[in-house]
Parts: sequence; structure tokens; C-alpha cells
Amino acid sequence: MLLNMGPQHPSTHGVFRVVVRTDGELVLESESHIGYLHRCFEKCAEGNNYLQVVPYTDRMDYLCAMMNNWGYAAAVEDLAGIEVPERAEYIRVIVAELNRVASHLLAFGTYGLDIGAITPFLYAFRDRERILKIFEKLCGQRLNYSYVRVGGVTFDMTDEILADIEAFCDYFDPKILDEYDNLLSYNGIFISRTSNVGVIPAELAVSYGVTGPSLRGSGVQRDLRRDAPYGIYDRLEFDVPVGSGEMGQLGDCWDRYMVRMREMRQSIRLVRQAVKDIPEGPFCDKKAYRAVKPKAGEVYKRVEGARGEVGFYVVSDGTNIPYRVKARAPSFCNISILDKLTSLSNVMLADLVAIIGSLDIVLGEVDR
Amino acid sequence: MARLEIGQIIAVIKEKLPEAVVEEILDGVDPFVVVKAEQWGETAQLCRDDSRLGFDLLSCISGVDYPEREEGPEIEVIYHLDSTVNHHGITIKVKLPRSDPRVASVEEIWRTADWHERETYDLVGVIFEGHHNLVRILCAEDWVGHPLRKDYEPPDSFHGIKNVIY
Amino acid sequence: MNEIENRNPDPLTKNVIFMSAIDDVINATRANSVWPLTFGLACCAIEMMATGAAKYDLDRFGSGPFRGTPRQSDLMIVAGTVTHKMAPRVKRLYDQMPEPKYVIAMGGCVIRGGPYVKHGYHVVKGVDLLIPVDVYIPGCPPRPEALLEGLFKVQKLMKREKILDRTRRTTKPEVYQPV
Repeated sequence: MLLNMGPQHPSTHGVFRVVVRTDGELVLESESHIGYLHRCFEKCAEGNNYLQVVPYTDRMDYLCAMMNNWGYAAAVEDLAGIEVPERAEYIRVIVAELNRVASHLLAFGTYGLDIGAITPFLYAFRDRERILKIFEKLCGQRLNYSYVRVGGVTFDMTDEILADIEAFCDYFDPKILDEYDNLLSYNGIFISRTSNVGVIPAELAVSYGVTGPSLRGSGVQRDLRRDAPYGIYDRLEFDVPVGSGEMGQLGDCWDRYMVRMREMRQSIRLVRQAVKDIPEGPFCDKKAYRAVKPKAGEVYKRVEGARGEVGFYVVSDGTNIPYRVKARAPSFCNISILDKLTSLSNVMLADLVAIIGSLDIVLGEVDR
Repeated sequence: MARLEIGQIIAVIKEKLPEAVVEEILDGVDPFVVVKAEQWGETAQLCRDDSRLGFDLLSCISGVDYPEREEGPEIEVIYHLDSTVNHHGITIKVKLPRSDPRVASVEEIWRTADWHERETYDLVGVIFEGHHNLVRILCAEDWVGHPLRKDYEPPDSFHGIKNVIY
Repeated sequence: MNEIENRNPDPLTKNVIFMSAIDDVINATRANSVWPLTFGLACCAIEMMATGAAKYDLDRFGSGPFRGTPRQSDLMIVAGTVTHKMAPRVKRLYDQMPEPKYVIAMGGCVIRGGPYVKHGYHVVKGVDLLIPVDVYIPGCPPRPEALLEGLFKVQKLMKREKILDRTRRTTKPEVYQPV
């Protein structure tokens, strides 16, 4: 039987459509269709000047908007030769890592919802609201911040907000172990729903361009923060958690889920270090206040987003409007492996939901 | 295996395929090499299979339209390759004539190229020869034109829905 | 009448009969159990989820069970950008909802294309080109409080409904029909 899942389906995390050929409960093959949220980011970028493009990058991956801002800003800074002040680099790390935690929390909550556990969703949103409150204090927005801008950040970090962030770290750090792991990670039903399901072998993952937690879940040690350091990540200490196949085969849904949980703790560790060392000084380069006009050239800049490698390829022709901006979206590549996974082994229809949830896609980014 | 500098990477490619590299720009912000369109398939195979290069991850495929080049209207297809083993990367460009942009598909070499090539076909209109299913991926199936061409005009209405309101 | 009196244990209201128009009774029950359709499209959907989750708690206001199917819902919160590829589906989902039905357009993109109004060739410039909209909530994305306010507005509209008036909401002919 041909079954149409999506574009309006509660568990596809947006407007993602999969046409599955089923035999009873078994999925024999699937075909993904995307583009239902194609919002023409690249065309919009060609019509606005360099500073005006930043808000569009927010709306690509709205769950970790800071990293998208950062990727684009870093690309333009490279192109225009703008030096970012030291303080701004520290602020960027703080907000990006907090945003990563918020994004992983949402992934955790909705994954529980997909599997059939509603409680984790409420817990995750309770803690996510605390991060959003900090961001709101910082830049006045809850979701699409446009906070990281070309040349630095938009507003300065006050001591009050730094104290808030430290208080959040103290509050949140024990939560992961005590609450979340007890609530969901080591729950027997959850483990039997996710272990040995949707196994991605490492080689296949790399060939499909899967990056981020989904790749590390397959045991590949690749994190741009460590392998190609940008910002001040080379000065900070952190571990890169990878999947180990604890509950089943290496690279199953549980491994991918667990990498996210462990990454949250590393993010908190990074935030603590950055808050401790943050220097005084300006928070934005003066040259980039008004307008940016890079020389003709091109650059491809990558940062590690919450879902993987966020890349921006920016071509300049010497005017104040980008000639071409191409965004490399991690979810776009991550979800392309889905059709292969369903053809590799026969998965159940309910497992398909578990697989999509464990890949943690954001449709705004898949379709741009 | 070890991390190679851009010069060494080009040397490895030239050693195996002396004709392939036609241009190398190493002084820009991001260095890149231009590869002959006819030899892109072999070069891609070499990039992935040679253990010194080991480019196992295709990060991104971008298409850029240059209708006003001195050499004649061109479309560039840019491949950003990366190695998860050696932790180095390279940018490879292929220049195609704008009137008939055709280049070999690399979806057999890197599976991720499947969707990237469909996207580039959809938005820029590059035809990837040998792709098993080269259809639109982002725009609606019956969309007309390739939106990221510089001379693209959006339709006034699509299936009876007004598209331009101001 | 006897039966009602016997069953009512409260001495204060024991012999009291409430008189009301049937419209008001039906509208009050309808307005206090709004079942929205889960129709998250983009960024606004995250704020819609936040409205339903722990801190803002949509359930307090007589709404909240987000339904996965249009046939069980009476409110469609269009949260996010509608594209030309999605437009026929939006229309179809709306048509599948039972009468009386209400639509909230949440966020700038749904109202008039938002930031994509000029260069977004693939974005439908306003969901009201497709389906009639009752309440518009501006913002990019609107805060959860704004969505709650929008919901109150819909509840007010619901309380004005007349059960004998079946013609209120026939689709206007100039509004888009899917091919």
C-alpha cells in the first residue's frame, strides 16, 4: 500500500512528506519530498545588503539561530577583513552554546513526544523557557535573534545577564543526570523503541554528508569546533561525545539521542569557561556599524551548528549587496539518508517516526 | 594519513591527472582550483579514492550564474570537499557555458550529491549527466524557470494565486 | 423537572432554573473547548508549541488538545510561511474541517509574506489569498502571549455564532480553488 505521510503530519517536525510503500506494518521503501517550506533565502540574500541578510539566516534554522548568524557573519568578516573584538568572540561562544542547549532540549522533548512520552516535552520546555528568557533580556527576541552580526554582536552582555547565565548553568547541570536520564534515556520502553532501530553505519553516514550529532552517533569523531576551530574554541576545553553502541548496535537512534544529551553537558562546560574568562572591551567592530563593502572574492565558512555543519558560501562582486549566498544546511543532508535507511532494512512504520525524530531535522533549514 | 596543504593537494591531483586542473587561484580569501568540465568525473573519483587526499565528505554543491563574464556567459558549479580522516578541504570549480550547462553527476561517488545536484538543477538549471532522477526538489513540480539565474523574473501568479502584490 | 431538582444537591441553586438562549449555551461550550489543528509550518510553530507547553499552558483557557487531523478540529492556526507548493494542501485541510471553523493567521509571513514579500518568489503573500481568516496575529514570530490574545479573540467570535445561520462562511468565489 502506498501511504502518504505529511506534509501535514504531527511527527514529521514540519512540512516534510514521505511517501512510503508498506506491507502491513512494514515499510518496504520510502521516498522523501521536500520543498514545502522553500522560502527563497538565497534569492532574498541577493536583494539585500550584507547586514540585512542576517535576519534571513535566523529563519533558516530557527531553533539554533545564533549559529546560523555566526556562520554568515564569520563568512562576511573573512571576506571583508573585519576583526572581531575579543569580547564579542566570548559572547558568541556563550550564546551559541546556550542556543545549542535550547535546541537539543527541544529535540529531546519532541523526540519523547514522537515515541509516545508526553512528560519529557513539558520538562524540556520548562528549562528551554529559562534560556529564552536570558536571550530575551539580551536581545529582545525569543526565537529569531539576529544577535550575532557582522563585526561582533548587536548588544553588550551585562553583568546581570552573566549572573543569570551562571545561575542557569548551576540549575541545569544536575538536571541532565537526575531528571532527563531517569525520565527518558534509560527508560526501558524508550530503549526498546530506539535501540537497534535506524542503524547508520559510519561510512554510509559520511557518504551521505551527515554531520553533527547524527554523524557522531555513528562513532565518527568529527566536530568542527575541534577539527577546524573558529572563534575562540581552540582556547576552551571540551570533549566530543560519540556514540558507543551501549544499548544495541553502533549508530542506532538511541546513540544519536544520547550524543545530544551528552553534548548539552559539554555546552554547559563551555559556557562556564567563557563566562569566567570574558574580557572587557568593545562588543562590535566600528567599521561594520553602518555598511559592509567587501572586495570582490568568495569564501566558504563553516561552523558547527546544533544539527551539523552550517556552511555559507558568499560571493562578492565589490558592491554592498552579495552576488550570491549559498547556504549549506545540515538538515538537508541529514534527512537525505532516510530513503536509504528504509531500503537497507525493513523498518516498521512506527520506527520511521523514531528515525525522523532522531535525525532532528528543521524544515526551515531543509528547504531554506 | 596527514593533513595536506592546498599546494600539496593540487600536486597530487596533477600527478594523476595532469590535464585536469586548468586554473588555480591561491591568493584569495579561499583558494580554489578550476577543473576541466570533461574531466570532473575522474577528478572526483580520484579525490575520494586516493588515500593521501581522502575527500570522503562532499560538503556543498553551489551553482553561480555569471551572465556578464568577459569570456562569455558562464555558470560555475562549486564543490566543497572535506576529509573526515585527514581534516583538510578543497574548493573545486567547474566552469560551464551558460547556454548549455552540462557536467557529470557525482552521485555515485558521494551519495549526498543526489539531493545537492537536484537542488542546483532546480535553482540554477545545471544539468547533471548520469543523475538517476534529475527533477525539481525545492520548487513545485510545475514551476517554470530557474530562480537563481540572474535574469529570472518571478511569475505574476501561480495556479491562480497572485504572486506579486506590491 | 422533578428529576433535575432531585439530582441537584446544592441548596442554593436547588430550585433555580436558568433560562438562556440555545445559541448562548452552544456557543459557550464551543468557545471553551477549542480544538486547534496542529498545523505548524515554520518558526511560528515553535512558539505555538511553547504556548501549549509548560509555562504558557494553553489548557488554562479552554483550548489545547492539538489534533492531528482536520476532521476533529475547529480552529486552524496557520503558523509559518505558506509556499506555493504547500498552498493546495492548506486549502484542502481547511475544506476538510467541519463547520463552524475559524482560522488564525499567525505571524508576518502568513499575513502578507513577511520578510519574503519582495524577493520570495515561492512564498504565498498572505494565507487570506487562499482561505478566509478571522484573526491576524502580527510578529515574527509572535510571542505566546500574543497567540493567547488571538485565541481570546476567536473565542469572542465563537460566542457571536448563530446556529440557524449556516451561510456565514461559504467560501467566496474569488478565493482560490485548487486545480
